[in-house]
Amino acid sequence: MNKISKRLSVLLIGLVAGSALADVTLLNASYDVARDVYKDFNPLFQKHWKAKTGETVDIKQSHGGSTKQVRAVADGLEADVVTMNQANDIEFLVDKGLVAKDWAKKFPNSASPYTSTMVFIVRKGNPKGIKDWSDLVAPGTQIIIPHPKNTGNGRNTYLSAWAWALRQPGGNDQKAQEFLGKVLKNAPLFAAGGRDATTTFMQRRMGDVLITFESEAEMIAKEFGKGEFEVVYPSLTMQTEFPVALVEKVVDKKGTRTQASAYLDYLWSKEGQENAAQNYLRPRDADILKKYSANFPPVRTFTVDEVFGSASKAFATHFKDGGSFDQIYQSK
Amino acid sequence: MAAKTQRVLPGFGLALGYTLVYLSLLILLPLGGLILKASELGFAQIIDIATGERALAAFRVTFGASFLAAAVNAFFGLIVAWILVRYPFPGKRFVDALVDLPFALPTAVAGITLATLYAGNGWLGRFIEPLGVKVAYTPLGIVVALTFITLPFVVRTLQPVIEDIETEIEEAAASLGASRWQTFARVIFPAIFPALLTGFALAFARAVGEYGSVIFVAGNLPLISEITPLLIISKLEQYDVLGATALAVVMLALSFILLLAVNLLQWWTANRHRNDEPLEVTAAKAGGATA
Repeated sequence: MNKISKRLSVLLIGLVAGSALADVTLLNASYDVARDVYKDFNPLFQKHWKAKTGETVDIKQSHGGSTKQVRAVADGLEADVVTMNQANDIEFLVDKGLVAKDWAKKFPNSASPYTSTMVFIVRKGNPKGIKDWSDLVAPGTQIIIPHPKNTGNGRNTYLSAWAWALRQPGGNDQKAQEFLGKVLKNAPLFAAGGRDATTTFMQRRMGDVLITFESEAEMIAKEFGKGEFEVVYPSLTMQTEFPVALVEKVVDKKGTRTQASAYLDYLWSKEGQENAAQNYLRPRDADILKKYSANFPPVRTFTVDEVFGSASKAFATHFKDGGSFDQIYQSK
Repeated sequence: MAAKTQRVLPGFGLALGYTLVYLSLLILLPLGGLILKASELGFAQIIDIATGERALAAFRVTFGASFLAAAVNAFFGLIVAWILVRYPFPGKRFVDALVDLPFALPTAVAGITLATLYAGNGWLGRFIEPLGVKVAYTPLGIVVALTFITLPFVVRTLQPVIEDIETEIEEAAASLGASRWQTFARVIFPAIFPALLTGFALAFARAVGEYGSVIFVAGNLPLISEITPLLIISKLEQYDVLGATALAVVMLALSFILLLAVNLLQWWTANRHRNDEPLEVTAAKAGGATA
């Protein structure tokens, strides 16, 4: 059913695009909260491409949970490019033969044009004095996070806490797991997703600390006012990547390889990097990062590859059924 | 004699064919696909997946909360349906229209609204949390969400049946000496019981499959407030389509057994009723019992 409806929607998009007199139509399948980034980026690329080649490109966006999106692409959603927030989602498309094995090497910076990082959002004045991961296990401190097993946001938090515990003196996997057990004990609930966690923390006033993307802090400021909360950068946190890739099978079939590659390349241009910075995502370009440095204080980060080998390995060890997260919830 | 097979309206064969094709396309095909997919796993493997600690806890939460929600609605839905049919009051049409709203509202909206309402600082939560009653982010929240979602089923199945019971029958029972309770228990209730069971079964079935609203109000803590549909989503997040279908098939089988049981019970009570005398006679008997 799903496959058919996806195909139908692609067909519809195609029909609409055809009537809009575009020379080429690209479909970008993307994760949920990327809406703003690409809403601003697409007109920039269209202008650039028109000036360079005289060709009008129409760009359609499809947004949804990252994992749901790649499954739709595997099921036949004809996306030219995928712009995701987890490398293992793109690996899934590699397994399905839709994306090249060496996708991460086809663009700079492991094919992630911008990054973000996991931060603590605490109530104004930081009444519980939360400074670092170790403060999360204090009795009576409540943490608000999305589901650590089922959401990308929650998984990043889980892995950040794990990596921090691992890097403590005498740290090892067993101690890290014990630490995570204590942290999760302080979670009164697991929110359905990132935005749901934000609403629970800000609007329903539950918990002492919300752990989420740095870029989400700006959304909170817009929605609830800057004076309502403070952002705390822990001593070590994850640099979260947003990998992009060409869907080889689709671009070959549609004959859109040139345009789709150029579209992704343009994410690394000055304009593309500036757009990311304006959406509170850390640009890769050093000059632009400097220009917006007020928004991006220096923070000690790790990448998933450094600590866990790869995104797929981290996922298999911690979030598959029977992984470290499930072990924490097994009754002894 | 030939009149027996002759129908007023023609087209039985066509309509039957259409019904079979329609049901096959709409229900049997997707369900068949599901079962076919699950059959890639062995029976032992499916049982293995469905009897893990987390899965069992989730089944308990899902079926338990659904049963409670359907039961609550069977009781209060009956009252609502009775009031809406029997008593004229200002704004009745408005109230009647309200009943259908849970059908129209996107379930996620319902879940978010309930979470906001019952959270510690919500309109309701701020009054009941000091009393020690936590609804949002507890299993109780799941029951509340499912009760909300399934209200229309009981009310809408009962309304036409109650309309069919003429008030004269109540009067007859009363005039023959039945007490108010006897009139209800021995005249009214047996007449509406089959419909009540249908409403209950519909509400229960709908509740078991509900995901959108529950997820925002449940809290989703493993072993405590995880519902089976969440575990299915969790499997899909791991690209484990087979594991997800295994859980779905077990859920489907359990639901089917329960619904079948309700249907049998309903068939049995309806049959018993049919073999009985007409309502008027029941009314007289109820009255006579005390006379």
